[in-house]
Amino acid sequence: MNIVTVCGMGMGSSLVLKMNIDDILKQKGIKAEVEACDLGSLVGKVADLVVTTYELKSQLEDKGYNMAYVRSVIDKKVLETTIMDAIGNLKK
Amino acid sequence: MLGELLTKDTIRLNVKVKNWEEAIRMGGQLLVQEDAVEQSYVEAMIRAVKELGPYIVIAPGFAMPHARAEDGVKKIAMSLLTLESPVAFGNADNDPVDLVICLAAVDHTTHIKAMRELAVFLNDADKMSQIKFTKEVKDVLALIQA
Repeated sequence: MNIVTVCGMGMGSSLVLKMNIDDILKQKGIKAEVEACDLGSLVGKVADLVVTTYELKSQLEDKGYNMAYVRSVIDKKVLETTIMDAIGNLKK
Repeated sequence: MLGELLTKDTIRLNVKVKNWEEAIRMGGQLLVQEDAVEQSYVEAMIRAVKELGPYIVIAPGFAMPHARAEDGVKKIAMSLLTLESPVAFGNADNDPVDLVICLAAVDHTTHIKAMRELAVFLNDADKMSQIKFTKEVKDVLALIQA
């Protein structure tokens, strides 16, 4: 499974998101490739799940990806629930 | 690595600013003083918020302004400002902001270690609340290095 985190520049909040998701997946024993990129670079990428903040929702929601949104990239508890729900929904 | 980037030269506490732009300018100026970025980078950080929206307010009360390496970064750097009064960046979820950490990265990966340390720090609710009340730079340094 591959997950892509997106932010405006690809090396700020998307990186923090990626690291937190890496930690959560490791804890849960789930294997996935997690990559951070910027808005512009997402085009053409294959991703099972794209994670970003609500701020960028309007710019990404119509790109055809499975999306998960968070309000804070550092709140691990909320992130865990959001990610696990999103992954669970993918399998359906 | 975080402890090397955030030093008494790159931290300012209880700074008075009128708006978010001024906050980014002040944080950016610290990076210019360190000879880590060109003036153009400071303008790029502000432009990023104007063009992409305030997505840099990544947690309640905390903003991380940054732009691309090509916008004028000479070397990896970070600056930290706590604001005397919080300012709005326009982020409905996480405004108002009173902690601003400006980031200058040379590529997509060299600063990963510093970001990881920052992420751990940001996840620590105790440290986050303490930092807003610190009056001395040395106390902030102690919190970061602990």
